[in-house]
Amino acid sequence: MLTAEEVSQIEHEISLVPVRKAAGIEALKIVQQHRGWVSDESLKDTAAFLGVSAEELDSVATFYNLIFRQPVGRHVILLCDSISCWVMGYEKIREHLMQKLGIKYGQTTPDGRFTLLPNVCLGTCDCAPALMVGPDLYQNVTPEELDEILSRYN
Amino acid sequence: MEKPLTQHITPDRKPLSLKEYEQVGGYRAVHKILKELTPEGVTNLVKDSNLRGRGGAGFNTGLKWSFVPMGPEVPRPKYLVANADEMEPGTFKDRILLEGNPHQLIEGMIVASYAIQADISYVFLRWAYKKAAQEITKAINEAYAAGYLGQNILGSGYSLEMHLHTGVGRYMCGEETALLNALEGKRATPRAKPPFPQVSGLFGKPTIVNNVETLCCLPHIVNNGAAWFKGLSRTGDAGTKIYGVSGKVNKPGAWELPMGVTVRELIEEYAGGMKNGYRFKGALPGGASTDFLVEEHLDTPMDYPSIAAVGSRMGTGTMIILDDHTCPVGFVHNLQHFFAQESCGFCTPCREGLPWVEKILLSLDRGEGKPEDIQLLNFHTKALGPGNTFCALAPGAMEPLQSALKYFGEDFERHINEKQCPWK
Ligand SMILES: Cc1cc2nc3c(=O)[nH]c(=O)nc-3n(C[C@H](O)[C@H](O)[C@H](O)COP(=O)(O)O)c2cc1C
Ligand code: SF4
Ligand code: FES
Repeated sequence: MLTAEEVSQIEHEISLVPVRKAAGIEALKIVQQHRGWVSDESLKDTAAFLGVSAEELDSVATFYNLIFRQPVGRHVILLCDSISCWVMGYEKIREHLMQKLGIKYGQTTPDGRFTLLPNVCLGTCDCAPALMVGPDLYQNVTPEELDEILSRYN
Repeated sequence: MEKPLTQHITPDRKPLSLKEYEQVGGYRAVHKILKELTPEGVTNLVKDSNLRGRGGAGFNTGLKWSFVPMGPEVPRPKYLVANADEMEPGTFKDRILLEGNPHQLIEGMIVASYAIQADISYVFLRWAYKKAAQEITKAINEAYAAGYLGQNILGSGYSLEMHLHTGVGRYMCGEETALLNALEGKRATPRAKPPFPQVSGLFGKPTIVNNVETLCCLPHIVNNGAAWFKGLSRTGDAGTKIYGVSGKVNKPGAWELPMGVTVRELIEEYAGGMKNGYRFKGALPGGASTDFLVEEHLDTPMDYPSIAAVGSRMGTGTMIILDDHTCPVGFVHNLQHFFAQESCGFCTPCREGLPWVEKILLSLDRGEGKPEDIQLLNFHTKALGPGNTFCALAPGAMEPLQSALKYFGEDFERHINEKQCPWK
């Protein structure tokens, strides 16, 4: 079931577009914002609310990199793996993160704190390597400072 | 040297508020067009200024607008979209404008919207640009409160709505017809052209999509005129350009410079030259989907025709450097991994071809390449080239590959003959 707050936010998005289903991506974003990810059940409820089939909405949800159809940790780490960061040695950051957190790409730490994902160019290539933790951007990252960065999130 | 686009941007300082922006002449262009110019007058001015789209293709902006149906009988609402998706690897220029001076973008969007008589406008912003999202939201609210947006702007009778839409991460959202599908809540796959978006775009209505940097030029063209804008440039292409350099240089960064500075000036003067111990081997002049330039091209001016004349594209104007300590095969593998992942899967050559190319490059990189692999790679550069795929993603992906095979062919061969990556 969508919560009253989710419903009112989605209704607002629907009011801005000519057809109900055009608010689909916004609706998925709203659900994910409240629940961290979009479960099968949330997807079905959202689809029903928009008047589209769950399959149709899922084809949209799974198309985009940042709609999560699996549970994620409290903080999602997006590590840039594109060209400038590759040239500047992001692979060292990747190894350090995987070792420190004991997880691979797509996995979540057992305590539910972090999920690690590769991400395309973060648009800050002059400050490579770069990563984001949740909404926060980190630039010119070195393996040495990673521990300190991670310690800011619990 | 004039830097109209970045003159009011100071790194690490909050962007100008609406009041501060007005104090330095901001929104003068809106007053001027609403009082003194017809929509056609604005379009003609921009056409005369020879402003070319900064999103990568370099199409004349005024000419693009002139295909929008005008007059009382046309379908409404008409739309204007600012393309702030910026996901081309190696590109970080629009971020500076978005975070640094959101009112300049909004003013540019009002100018463009007025020219095509748009009713509704969107900023399509990529998810990762969190700071930009905050600043733009604030600036849009200020602009509404000051009467630059909304009903009957400055008493002129012209009305315009503006909304911020943040994407959920897919390179294809930057392609203008795929962007329209994303705005309609669909998967970001491209649309067949014709009909062109100018005639049938968002929700089937006339729509213009322009890049952020393109839009930011507009207030200055309105205020200072077409001749002034042309005079900013060193070459036939008008205006300034935000150029950038990333890779193993001393001072990677982005700078607003006269259109037509040379590749060498960018690397040696602005980026402070190569880092100690590293030599220049090649560069992608304008993001991941442009052909390599090499040493012999260093004195080429960075403008659309000059870069095209040496076999590449200006693209986004933000350059990625390949140095002599970095393996060109690994470099191209990284790019093809990106393109294979971001392919929307709509057409077969791209969906099937890009992962194949990625696989071949990975096996070369691991020293498991076979002699026939080079031929296979060359085959793909043709099979996925212009005309064989539904949109420009796949041909763009082939540009760095075909030029790497041309300039660094020996390095590819060495991976096969030595059965290992010579850089590892
Ligand atoms: C795969 C692909 C991705 C693109 N990404 C962007 C982008 O992120 N930003 C952008 O302005 N243009 C992008 N473009 C170009 C747009 O399709 C379009 O040409 C541009 O936004 C038009 O604006 P302009 O005329 O002001 O340059 C992309 C094109 C392709 C084929
Ligand atoms: S070329 Fe690639 S990205 Fe473009 S439509 Fe075809 S599959 Fe999609
Ligand atoms: S390549 Fe990593 S931020 Fe652009």
